[in-house]
Amino acid sequence: MHAIASEREDRRRPPRVGLFVTCLVDIMRPTVGFAAVKLLEDAGCKVVVPAQTCCGQPAFNSGDRATAAALARQAIEAFEDCDYVVAPSGSCGGMLIRHYPELFAGEPEMATKAERFAGKTHELVSFLTDVLGVERVTARFDGTVAYHDSCAGLRELGVKAQPRRLLASVEGLSLVELDEAETCCGFGGLFAAKYGELSNAIVSRKADDIRKTPVGTVLAGDLGCLLNIAGKLQREGSPVRARHVAEVLAGMADGPAIGEPQKEARR
Amino acid sequence: MTAVATTPHFKENVHDALTDARLQGALVHARNFTGRRAAAAARLPEFEALRDSARAIKDHTLAHLDLYLEAYELKVTESGGHVHYAEDAEAARTIILDLCRGLGARSVTKGKSMISEEIGLNQALEAAGIEAVETDLGEYIIQLRGETPSHIIAPAIHVSKRDVEQDFRKAHRDLPPDRDLSEPEQLLAEARAVLRAKFLAADVGITGANFLVAETGTSVIVTNEGNGDLTQILPRAHIVIASIEKVVPTLEDAAQLLRVLARSATGQDASVYTTFSTGPRRPDDPDGPAEYHVVILDNGRSSMLGGAFEDMLRCIRCGACMNHCPVYQAVGGHAYGWVYPGPMGAVLTPSLIGVAEGGQLPNASTFCGRCEEVCPVRIPLPNMMRHWREREFERALSPATVRAGLGLWAFFARRPTLYRFATDLVARALHLAGRGKGRFASIPLAGGWTRYRDLAAPERTTFQSQWRAKSGAVK
Repeated sequence: MHAIASEREDRRRPPRVGLFVTCLVDIMRPTVGFAAVKLLEDAGCKVVVPAQTCCGQPAFNSGDRATAAALARQAIEAFEDCDYVVAPSGSCGGMLIRHYPELFAGEPEMATKAERFAGKTHELVSFLTDVLGVERVTARFDGTVAYHDSCAGLRELGVKAQPRRLLASVEGLSLVELDEAETCCGFGGLFAAKYGELSNAIVSRKADDIRKTPVGTVLAGDLGCLLNIAGKLQREGSPVRARHVAEVLAGMADGPAIGEPQKEARR
Repeated sequence: MTAVATTPHFKENVHDALTDARLQGALVHARNFTGRRAAAAARLPEFEALRDSARAIKDHTLAHLDLYLEAYELKVTESGGHVHYAEDAEAARTIILDLCRGLGARSVTKGKSMISEEIGLNQALEAAGIEAVETDLGEYIIQLRGETPSHIIAPAIHVSKRDVEQDFRKAHRDLPPDRDLSEPEQLLAEARAVLRAKFLAADVGITGANFLVAETGTSVIVTNEGNGDLTQILPRAHIVIASIEKVVPTLEDAAQLLRVLARSATGQDASVYTTFSTGPRRPDDPDGPAEYHVVILDNGRSSMLGGAFEDMLRCIRCGACMNHCPVYQAVGGHAYGWVYPGPMGAVLTPSLIGVAEGGQLPNASTFCGRCEEVCPVRIPLPNMMRHWREREFERALSPATVRAGLGLWAFFARRPTLYRFATDLVARALHLAGRGKGRFASIPLAGGWTRYRDLAAPERTTFQSQWRAKSGAVK
């Protein structure tokens, strides 16, 4: 009886969702964070933003496991009181979900915590569709777009159909597929700077693929890839814009696209 | 001597590859493999289950490798063949040279073998005055060109049809200079005619092995040209050179692995020729070699057993990882600087030549994960590349600038309050500096990025500071 009563109470209480902003969104493009908040609140969530820094992926992928573990511990504690943790990124999401549990092999107590944390953590768009059951959004975007599948979201978290399904419900939007939507854009975190020439060769191919389509805007679920793709398109003088998929889904794509001049009036 | 590694010069190699227009033109064809593999996998409903089973077969074998090697040796001996163990490349070369000298060999034909490349066998044979002729068409082409394979199953994938025509005209001087070689079929016919004479003249045939079957003492090779069969059947002696992890318990296991091998490699259901060789010619056999030798090479692999890199020994050399790798697709195989390119090379090379020499390779990955996605034996390639980065970090082999930058970043990232102020300051400053255009064409210390791409300027202040201001105002 007791359990049923508290379950009912739980059902009435909106889920408490901790937004894991990600450092790139935090510093470079807060609009994505606010778009995520809007999408989550529209779906009935109570959104909180615990003080946070970075998921630790730069350290983890540079071989510095100790720093990665320290940052993991910090994040796990910061989101202790959240029912869910949601990140507008497949890459940081993959770190939180797939790699945090690997970091505490010799510490059973932390390993359990990391597993529990991983279990309640989701990438934003797949959280909306797969956990909250969102089938459509209320938004308008007039234009032709392509969606690039960011690698970690696609391969570590299975994010593929979910963003396309929600994009299909955006009024005025038509979606075309890139030739190789599942091929890496060449970002790879520090790789893009450490192996700049190689990274450039890879993103040049992505830009070529985009140019072959009639799109005005390219979308993705990861700001890292988007900064790379936008930076390449702009360097080549392409008019194609780049935005995070959350901006379009939340109906918040009226401001400047990534790397475009800010409008003075917006302050 | 083993092939000399240019792996430490990976970045220079990359630059050369990216600015080589001929290579870039040839690399476009390498991408055809991905669609073929996808179609082959889709045609076979049990393909994913077969991958699990392939992985399990290899894991089981590696866990009992000593037993299976012994069982294999026993069966080879029973069938009249000889097994030789080579601890390293030099030992393998010595064994093979001694065998060839003992047979009075002057000419050797060779099937395609990456182990032969690993131990630098052709150079050793030539130095001993023994002619070595590669009989796989791709290997034959690169042998004429004095190159090494740029792909483990398509060694001449970096060479264009026109290059081959020129190479053939240069090498086959006794043929009419005005002959037509404009079509691939004509090139193939010429290679076939030239090689036919070599097959018939050879004293010894050397092949690799895709599998060594413990149950029967059989070596298995797959080819698409039939050159392997002529190499191993016609000469007086057949020498197999293979590494320790090629052994599998039973014929049934080999058959299971064959079902994922060709599909993953070329997208074929099966290679055109799959050849099983057991021992020398028996009295009632119509043909076959009088002597059958197997040289089993370790060269550092046994030290991978039981360690962080043991999973790498599951590799069946299909090449799917490199076919699907954005880095390999951009630069081809030679840039990797040693025998094994692509993701499998990025994991294996540091194991075999040391992380100090091979450390660039596991760093040069975006961790896109496509290699692991297509690996028929599910080797966690990105995780293993990360293991190498950890080894480098522990031994302070990673570049000092990277370490210093990471250290500074970590100092802030571990202090949330300080981090919030610092990042907000950075965001505001960069926003002000880049506000006009919304992006930067160059930024000091970020040249690796801005030399090739613009970098967006931050929108204004950080999300966290805006969120705090907002929720503070609501309260």
